[in-house]
This record gives sequence, C-alpha cells and structure tokens, in this order.
Amino acid sequence: MLEFDDIQHILLMRVPALTGRYEFLSFRNATGGRTWLSAIREKVQSAAEVRASVEQEKRWVTVAFTWNGLRALGVDEASMATFPEEFRQGMVARAEMLGDTGANHPDKWVGGLASPSLHAIVILFAGDEAERERCVTEHNKFIAQCRDVEVLSSLDLAAVPPFIYAHDHFGYRDRLSQPVIEGSGEVPTPGSGAPLKPGEFILGYPDEAGPPANLPQPEILSRNGSYMAYRRLQEHVGRFREFLRQNADTPEEQELLAAKLMGRWRSGAPLVLSPTKDDPMLAVDPQRNNDFNYKEMDPQGYAVPLGSHARRMNPRDTAANMNRRRMIRRGATYGPYLPEDAPEDGVERGIAAFVICASLIRQFEFAQNVWANDRNFHELGNERDPVIGNQDGTLEFKIPKRPIRKKITGLPAFTTVRGGAYFFLPGIKALRYLATLGDVR
Amino acid sequence: MSDASKQTSWSKPAAMAIPKGGFFKDKVEQGRYGTIFPKTPACYGFSILAKVIPGREERFYEYARNIEQAVAAQPDCLAVLKLHYLRWVLFPIKGDTYFMYQGIFDTDFDKYTEDAVNLFAATGLRTVFENLEGFPPDWQTNAPAFVKFVREHQCPSFLEYGEYPYVSAEEIKKALRLKAAFSDMLDQMQ
Repeated sequence: MLEFDDIQHILLMRVPALTGRYEFLSFRNATGGRTWLSAIREKVQSAAEVRASVEQEKRWVTVAFTWNGLRALGVDEASMATFPEEFRQGMVARAEMLGDTGANHPDKWVGGLASPSLHAIVILFAGDEAERERCVTEHNKFIAQCRDVEVLSSLDLAAVPPFIYAHDHFGYRDRLSQPVIEGSGEVPTPGSGAPLKPGEFILGYPDEAGPPANLPQPEILSRNGSYMAYRRLQEHVGRFREFLRQNADTPEEQELLAAKLMGRWRSGAPLVLSPTKDDPMLAVDPQRNNDFNYKEMDPQGYAVPLGSHARRMNPRDTAANMNRRRMIRRGATYGPYLPEDAPEDGVERGIAAFVICASLIRQFEFAQNVWANDRNFHELGNERDPVIGNQDGTLEFKIPKRPIRKKITGLPAFTTVRGGAYFFLPGIKALRYLATLGDVR
Repeated sequence: MSDASKQTSWSKPAAMAIPKGGFFKDKVEQGRYGTIFPKTPACYGFSILAKVIPGREERFYEYARNIEQAVAAQPDCLAVLKLHYLRWVLFPIKGDTYFMYQGIFDTDFDKYTEDAVNLFAATGLRTVFENLEGFPPDWQTNAPAFVKFVREHQCPSFLEYGEYPYVSAEEIKKALRLKAAFSDMLDQMQ
C-alpha cells in the first residue's frame, strides 16, 4: 500500500496548472535553510492532500534538495555517504556522459544551476496567473525575512497556447505515455503495459527486481522519497520550423517530417497506427493512442524511424528490461509563444522538465547516455536523438522508406540544455526530519 | 574516426596497439560507471580473469552444460549483450585454478551493465561468477559492486586485430540474410 499522505504529490499526480515558477535556492548556513524549510513545508502537499482537494486548490508546491543542499541543511556525513554515487557527484560532474558538451556544457548554463551552491528547488504550479503572482509575492516576502537564504534564480512557467491540451513550443502534444505505479489506483491505458512496482519510482518499496536495497539512511529520510533530474531545455522554434520548410515541400510533408522526428504526429496520434496521415481523433482517444508496439508492428521503422525521439525514449518491445528503465515526467513549458508566422525573435523558450525515478544511474542516465546519445543506437551509425540528443551539425537522421530511405545530413540542434541538476525529493515526514535536524531529539 | 567512416572500412584489415592500462589518454570516454575501454578493429570486448574458489572447478563444467541448454532452448537469450563471441577458459597458475571470461561485442559494457546483471540472474551465468574469489555476494541488487568486480578483474588488451574491422554482428547477420535472399531470388528465377 502506498503511503499517499507521505509522498509529495508531484510523484504521483499531474495538477491542472497553466502557469508556475521554479525558484533555485542556496542556504548560507544550516539554521537559515532549516528556518526556510520549516515554513515552506507547511505549503507542500502530499499526494493524499492533492487527491482530496485538487478541484478546489489553485496552487501546488514541491520542495527538493541537491546533495550539497542536504549537507547544507546539516545531514551528517555518515548519512550523506549512503546516497548513490551519481547523486553525490551531481549532474555537472556527469556532464560528459550525459552528452552535456559543446553548446550544452555546464559552463554555459544559466541561473546558477551549475554552481555547487545550488541547494534547493521550490516548484510552484498554479492554476492561473493571479494565483502565481500571489504565491510569488508571498514567498518573496518570506525569503526577505530569511537572511541566510539566497534565491540564485527563478524561472516563470507558461503553457503554450492553445491551452486545451499540453504541448511544447514545437507543437508536439505531451503527456501521452506515462508509466502507471502499482497501488496508485490508476489503470494503464491499452498498450501501456502492466503497472510497475512502486520501488521503480518511490524509495522504500519493492521494485521490479525485488525488495528495496541500498537505500539512503536513516530510513525516515529516504522513505517515500525519490530522485528528480531537472533539465531546462531551450527549444529553437525558428530553427525547427525552418528545418521543416527546407526539408519538405508542402505543409503536409512538413507535418509528416515533424512526425518522423518525434514518432507521433504533433497532434499526438502515433505514427505506428496512422503512418501516412494525421488522425486527431486517434490522438485524443486514450483507449487507442498508446496501443502499439514496434517489434511486431513496425520492425523496420517504416512508420516510426528507429532513431526518432519516442522510439528512443520508450523502445517498448524492442529493448530488454524496459520495466527497469521507465521514468515519470513532470514539468512545463516556459518563455513566450512564437506565433506560427513570426520569425525567430531570439527570446529563450523551452521545456523545464523533471525526470523522476528511484535510480538516476539506471533510469535517467541510461536514457540520456544510451537512448538519446549513443550514436550507434539500433545500429544507426551516426545519429542521436533528433530532439534532445547532443547535435553538433555533423550527425544525420534516417527515415526508412520504400524503395530507398531518406537520409537527412547535418541535422541542426533543435534544443540546447540551459541548466540541470539532480534533486532528492523527500517524503513529507522526511521534510519535517530535515527541518528539525538541529533540534535536540 | 567517426562511426560512419569505420563502417566503410570493413574491407581493410586493421590492427590497433593499445597503451598500457587500456586507454588512449587523449580520448578517454566516460560511461555511467567510469571510463570506457576503447573500441578497436575487433570491436568492444573484455577479458575478465579471476581466481576460482578452491574445490569449485567441477561447477564450471556443470555450468557449461547449463548454458548450452539455455541457449538451445532460447537462442536469443544473450541478445541484449550484443555479442560476437564468448570464450570461457580455465587454466592453472602455481597449483591454483584461474578463470578467464573473454567476450567480443558491439557496445561498450558500461551501457548495458544492468541488463547484464539481470541476464546473469535469469540464465544461470551467475553460477560461475559466484565461484570466483571476491565476487560481491549482493551483486543482484548492487550493480555498482558488480561493475567494480568486473573492472578490477578486467585485463585490457595491448593489441587487437580485425580482419573485417568495426563490423557489428547485426551487420554480418544482415549481409547473410541478404545473401540468402538473393540466393532465394535466383532460385525463383529458374
């Protein structure tokens, strides 16, 4: 049985937010950090709370810490050493392996995210702009009283119009394929596979390999917690649209090319089920829009190219041990919408997303290192993920087609990593434990 | 050399001398569990050498029969390792028995470490490693400990040769499938 009242809501639920803000904090000392945490934790909602109140609530708060942040709060060294190596090192130290080189290198990151003084993130999701403003003002006032807490940077979130469905700045519908956790009460849609053991995402529960093992200590700190890999990914919308125009003659062919890069039409309709034309009705039908595989239905990639984004990030029946590689995705878009007919305006816009998993090295890092950035994934020879892979203009994208495949060379980078970090997402009781670390027990 | 240019050079046999320690210092690539041993004309590979726990030799022969049966029953059971060849060798040094596990495959070991751990449990490959001195008892739940053992017992090559360098097992199988298809086509034309 999942302890819904001790799990931060972000792990189990999507909230109906259209806006929000991330704030990245640094603690000058442990007392200052704990004072801030003591107050903010009252605002952090568990999954149980959000379930009971999601219709009435207009704001949702999540708090998480880097390894340096846990140390800054006063977690003792013996406990710090029980966290896994990749989390202790942090995302910056793992940059080369993650593909964060060249334009994506941490030296070029913004907002102080590459700094060891990044200690915490507070995530605000809000139902509307007014509520966001109210929460930000309230938090700013509170931070002003906390002399020993510094805001390194913040990022305002904004949904991309039209607001009737979630999609990114390139126009791709999001949130179509998410793992379901056993015991969460959710029922997987057809094609999504059986619910996964909770330990794949929440610390302290059995995972797909057996009982929990090697958890950070003490148990109160790790139980019902998880890890979050944060990625701030700039989307070069003008470059993307120009690429489509240059490589396809008609609007229909441009739409097909966009679909080939992703593995789904921008509407969300899967290419495997609708390979030649978009099917918006299929896109919105949860009973059908995830009900496909690759090995039997599209082994050569005639519908979905082997190197497309969706086929890399969720190879379904063409990868071993998929149940141990799944990830929960949360997050939002940021930056202003670039109207379809407008030229590139140079303003940063993109996705600020979290990958939530119980093992950063086995789940997030594997996906990043192997699925996104292995140039020889599926024997492709000279390709990386066309959407999130490290592209330096020397790689290609192959689209299988009878009689002869189409090969696009010199693929440009449609995205750039502007920041990232590894966070530990504590349970509700663990937040209280952290807030009271200095107290006499 | 890019992967693309490697793929076009299959017709030209090649040898590669490898520095002491197994790495080219100016182009060491980082994997999730540490530095990656380089790809050579003989693809990726490892040679893991370890001492057998005294008195356990017979289990290795039993294990060989098990693996033979496992592969016969499910021919793709090792597919995830992207192998060309595996060789298992027992040999004596000063009265003790040592074991060598040598593999040639198409992806660096780092990438599919967890899949390998899973495979060890599923196919019975475990039975041989558990009879080696120093193999971590909690390997099934502790991939980093498993990787540490493998890395500590890896003896990198100092020279590797490929008659058809850098060609993957999948490419070879594709070529053979193509040959079979052409042969079939010619039969149909008779």
